[in-house]
Amino acid sequence: MLAPITDPRPPERVRPDRFPVAENLCTVVTNGLVNDRYRHLVLAAPVPALDVRAGQFFHLLCPAAGSAQPFLRRPMSVYRVDRANGCIEFLYKVIGAGTQAMAALRPGDSFNALGPLGVGFTLDPAWRNIVVIGRGVGLATLAPLAELAAENGVGVTAILSAASPEYLMSVDLFAQAGGEVITVTDSDGSSAPDNVEAIVERLIAARRADAFFTCGSNRLMLLLKRIAAARGIPGQVALEQQMACGLGMCFCCVRAFEVDSEVVARRVCNEGPVFDLREALSW
Amino acid sequence: MVDLSVRVGALELQNPVMPASGTFAPELAQVVDLDRLGALVTKSFTRDFRAGNPTPRVAETDSGMLNSIGIPSKGLDHFLNETVPAYRRFRPPLVASISANTAEDFVALAREVSVRAVDAIEVNISCPNIEADGKAFAMHADMTERIMTRLRAATPKPLWAKLTPNVGDIAEIARAAEAGGADALVVANTLLAMTIDTDSFRPTLGSIMGGLSGPAIRPVIVRMVYQCARAVGIPVIGCGGISTARDAVEYLLAGATAVQVGTATFLHPTAMTAIIDELARWCDARGVARVADLVGAVRDDDLSADRYEAVR
Repeated sequence: MLAPITDPRPPERVRPDRFPVAENLCTVVTNGLVNDRYRHLVLAAPVPALDVRAGQFFHLLCPAAGSAQPFLRRPMSVYRVDRANGCIEFLYKVIGAGTQAMAALRPGDSFNALGPLGVGFTLDPAWRNIVVIGRGVGLATLAPLAELAAENGVGVTAILSAASPEYLMSVDLFAQAGGEVITVTDSDGSSAPDNVEAIVERLIAARRADAFFTCGSNRLMLLLKRIAAARGIPGQVALEQQMACGLGMCFCCVRAFEVDSEVVARRVCNEGPVFDLREALSW
Repeated sequence: MVDLSVRVGALELQNPVMPASGTFAPELAQVVDLDRLGALVTKSFTRDFRAGNPTPRVAETDSGMLNSIGIPSKGLDHFLNETVPAYRRFRPPLVASISANTAEDFVALAREVSVRAVDAIEVNISCPNIEADGKAFAMHADMTERIMTRLRAATPKPLWAKLTPNVGDIAEIARAAEAGGADALVVANTLLAMTIDTDSFRPTLGSIMGGLSGPAIRPVIVRMVYQCARAVGIPVIGCGGISTARDAVEYLLAGATAVQVGTATFLHPTAMTAIIDELARWCDARGVARVADLVGAVRDDDLSADRYEAVR
């Protein structure tokens, strides 16, 4: 039943202006295998969750499943938001207790997703063409950039790296959004740093690299950081760290950054997870 | 409707539920209404800048977590100019948690933080004293009484001593803190603990050892609250693994006047307000008129246990 529109005090939970972050009680729609490494979780989510922006994350309360008994929440950046159908989506690799527990979720299960959290990717209005470079599960984090760039009329070249072709994620998302997709893999040797650097240099020469975006590989991040510094091109990197609260309270998830030649600690959950590429340090 | 208010020394709290230091920040206002809390307790800070410990700073274990944050701090000026105003947007009493490695720093900090906006000072005497070979002040009764005596002389604000559970006789430490002039005790900080990754053979925390918190430690700390509450006349604030209203009631029965909630907020940012709501419902259903009536109400004086003199 709808509340009368004259209700002077709507419930606090539905006032996103006051509580932009919520423990969203979601329902699992699907949780299928993409390949033998990755799974794709689709959650029907309430309104606060659907406000998530590219690069932001949710802090997931993974219910214990068999021997997988995660105690803390698990941070995971959103892979896709489907506002028309009221869904948020995650792409994940089963590694530890948290993702093992997630893999056991079945359609209809309830799932508590705290968020949306953190600072996501931003697009400068001056940028006409961006380059997105990611590897492994980092490709899931970068995927929402495809849509964000398309909405803003920004051209995207996505260089997607993986061990072998079957583990290339987000190819369709970037292609459907009108981006150019270049795939590189370890299996055919095309993911070697020299080759990736040559591709990036060609894009710079073609004036298609107003900014860089990266996630998922320390090696690629360092490569881009060096090229970006040499060419004066801005960039953003999405970083991971173990977290407890996800809200900036516990100071568990700090990483070191270099700001004006000084090394400072920043919270990945609160000041990130997306950071200025110039300030990010090797991990 | 139950009267949830409690009195911790000179401070009247609208309810007995407040955050544990280090598990709370104004950022939580993104998720819950902080004006509903019994008090606001800041993260511990030191006079000077401190970087904190290496990562990983957190590890999980069965029904709990280990942390080793190392009290990163931006110093006194930042606390007074940035942190205090950020908290003063909210109405509950503000408790400033202070930490120091030397008695001299502790005394100076207590004096300097005694500004109008601060309603009480929680003294984190669970941190290592570098003048005593790194042992925490609150690991020794004589050190506890000496530091509390000096702090008492340094500030007119209510002083809450936060004790460490890493001691053999917590009641002795509690009495020493009271003798030194503490207005209340917070029992307790985290239990010193360690876990090792059996794949990598490495300690799971960057600083090897850390503090265990969460439901895993609750029975240990309930016992300590019980022992402390019987040993002293000042209020005891229970802190250790509280996730539900029942957990809070357990602490009140053991003798706590109020409770602090920490790790539960990491799992559910709405934990504190949920506990307040549930506590009110529980009291109403049980016919408890004042939550203060539960304090120390454990029935430990009429135990009808069988006694066995020998096994035959």
